[in-house]
Amino acid sequence: MVTAFFGLIGRDLRLAARGGIGSLVTVVFFVIAVSLFPLGVGPESALLERIAPGVLWVCALLATMLSLGRMFDEDFEDGSLEIIALGPLPLELVVLAKALAHWLITGLPLMIAAPVLAVLLNMSTEGFAVLMISLLLGTPTLSLIGSVGAALTVGLRRGGVLISLLVLPLYVPVLIFAVGAVEGAIFGLGEQANLLILAGGLLAALALTPWASAAALRMALE
Amino acid sequence: MNDGTARFAAREVACIRGERPVFRDVSFALEPGAGLILRGPNGSGKSSLIRILAGFLKPAGGMVAWGGENMTVAPEAHNARCHYVGHLEAVKAALTVAEHLAFWAAVKGFAKADDNILAALDLEDLAEVPGRFLSAGQKRRLTLTRLLATPAELWLLDEPSVTLDGQSAARLEAMLAAHRAGGGMAIVATHAEIALPGAETIDMANHGISAAALLGESADAAAGEPDYGTW
Amino acid sequence: MATKTKKAGIGLHFFANPARFLRFARKIFPWVAIVAVACIVAALVLGLAVVPADYRQGDAYRIIFVHVPASYMALMIYVIIALASAAGFIWRHPLADLIAKSSAPIGACFTFISLVTGSLWGEPMWGTWWVWDARITSMLVLLFLYLGYIALNSAYDDPTKGARASAILALVGAVNIPIIKFSVDWWNTLHQPATISKFDRPSMDASMIAPLLLMVVGFIAYYLAVLIIRLRSEIAARRIRNLRLAQVGG
Repeated sequence: MVTAFFGLIGRDLRLAARGGIGSLVTVVFFVIAVSLFPLGVGPESALLERIAPGVLWVCALLATMLSLGRMFDEDFEDGSLEIIALGPLPLELVVLAKALAHWLITGLPLMIAAPVLAVLLNMSTEGFAVLMISLLLGTPTLSLIGSVGAALTVGLRRGGVLISLLVLPLYVPVLIFAVGAVEGAIFGLGEQANLLILAGGLLAALALTPWASAAALRMALE
Repeated sequence: MNDGTARFAAREVACIRGERPVFRDVSFALEPGAGLILRGPNGSGKSSLIRILAGFLKPAGGMVAWGGENMTVAPEAHNARCHYVGHLEAVKAALTVAEHLAFWAAVKGFAKADDNILAALDLEDLAEVPGRFLSAGQKRRLTLTRLLATPAELWLLDEPSVTLDGQSAARLEAMLAAHRAGGGMAIVATHAEIALPGAETIDMANHGISAAALLGESADAAAGEPDYGTW
Repeated sequence: MATKTKKAGIGLHFFANPARFLRFARKIFPWVAIVAVACIVAALVLGLAVVPADYRQGDAYRIIFVHVPASYMALMIYVIIALASAAGFIWRHPLADLIAKSSAPIGACFTFISLVTGSLWGEPMWGTWWVWDARITSMLVLLFLYLGYIALNSAYDDPTKGARASAILALVGAVNIPIIKFSVDWWNTLHQPATISKFDRPSMDASMIAPLLLMVVGFIAYYLAVLIIRLRSEIAARRIRNLRLAQVGG
């Protein structure tokens, strides 16, 4: 089972590594989307500083969402998912492995890009550490919740657009608590409560979302 | 049919896809070394039956059992005992032939695949070639090596010889013979002639569900008291 | 033929004639329709004409006789969808699936009415059509959840699969709704410290309770009436599908 779990993650990482620029699309989107904000609202640094945490998180959320379609679709279409499902690994753990691989491929690069973009948006330095922690706790939750949307739309023709409709409302709490934490740190209101809630959300997502996603995948495999 | 204690058996299996009944009353019992061929026209449910036997699809009626125990009792044990080769090759453009084998062994829980199996399907020269350069027939052969990469008692093959040339088809037959000689079982759905000496044959055309059964609804209503099922 | 199929063990409930339900529905439909019309008319008369105007908000507050019951219905119908989805998912009961599916557009409409009335109420009170108040923001997210549910349900060609997929979504959404509500309240206090919630209800006069309750009862009866109509048409559509499939199956 351990072999299967890490074999799956290893293969996904290898595929991403060979995907060239295609694998970096998510982070490139993140960078471009964030850089549109100064063009949209004006370059005034006080304004950018004020909206920086929200902008960074909203864009991270959209970037994650855009990459969800790839989580199961390719494996479903070429038959790999059938092979994976017929292994000793329960589908719930398959979902966990896929979500972890998805986070390593998309969430981690976002975390690397985020502080650079925060500098571009003139975000105050008090918020940087908390921004990183909030991303570390929040983006895996996004991958896990996203796995439900990806599994529910696997094999559907218009799956890509549908995922956003399914998943974005569920992302609202992560957005609120993550931005709350960063702003709490910047304005000196304290960030601990928000971060604890984010951590709790991650644990809850770890415990609950694999069941929902696995049920959806079972249905897709029928 | 002594399906109670056979190694692998199906009893009166029925299938509904969506709202469409596909077949019913399919029964068989296989002992180690046995083979079974599924025949029938398009849409008669060969693929659906194979998917039921693989555990992807729940039978609408009847049951499938290992040594008398319903396979849904221990789905992971069932997974470990069977290989499924469907219509899709599961070949990734970016992975080499050797990497495919390693991955397929890994998802079955094995650290590595048997090294010399590529020879069985004449793929040893292609070990380091990425999937995107393989022809349709080569992809098919690659996915068939999955059967040898890790041991499994039951092979479920859905049209395995599609896109194979005569020589490769002969290799597949040799694989099947060796598998059964070693006590394995094979169930093959096919239109083509695949030699499976001594195998039983099920013609799915004999198990269809007629339009009258489909319209059971109106027939019941006409008979007076309708059938509520679980309503 | 049918009995023989049953012996083979096919879950015949899929093709079962839902005659008992239809008979029951036919019997209660006139009653819920009458209750719906009577209660809604009575509530409107009481709420718009009889109950005195609020000393602070004047006549504008009367919109709560629609707004509050609609918000209540929006939440209640989502809970019904989640429960029906759970029942449909666990027992594969076709009626539960149909109830969940048929309820969704009605719930979405009530959510929309709640949003529109809330927004209309805001204009005379605070001079703006939209305030990012916690309650109304939660309602907006609820509308998004409804839309996702409806879209997913209709995205599948096979209605059985659509029902199961949207059942999973409804359950995930039901787990999430309290979290979303909590997070939005949290967000609201963070961004509007020290201001009283703008949608603070006017102090409840005893005379206001009657029209509110009447409207809730009227809305519930209306929901049941529309649900029955929708279920009937879904059942008819399913029967047509079966006949078509029988034709193809020859």
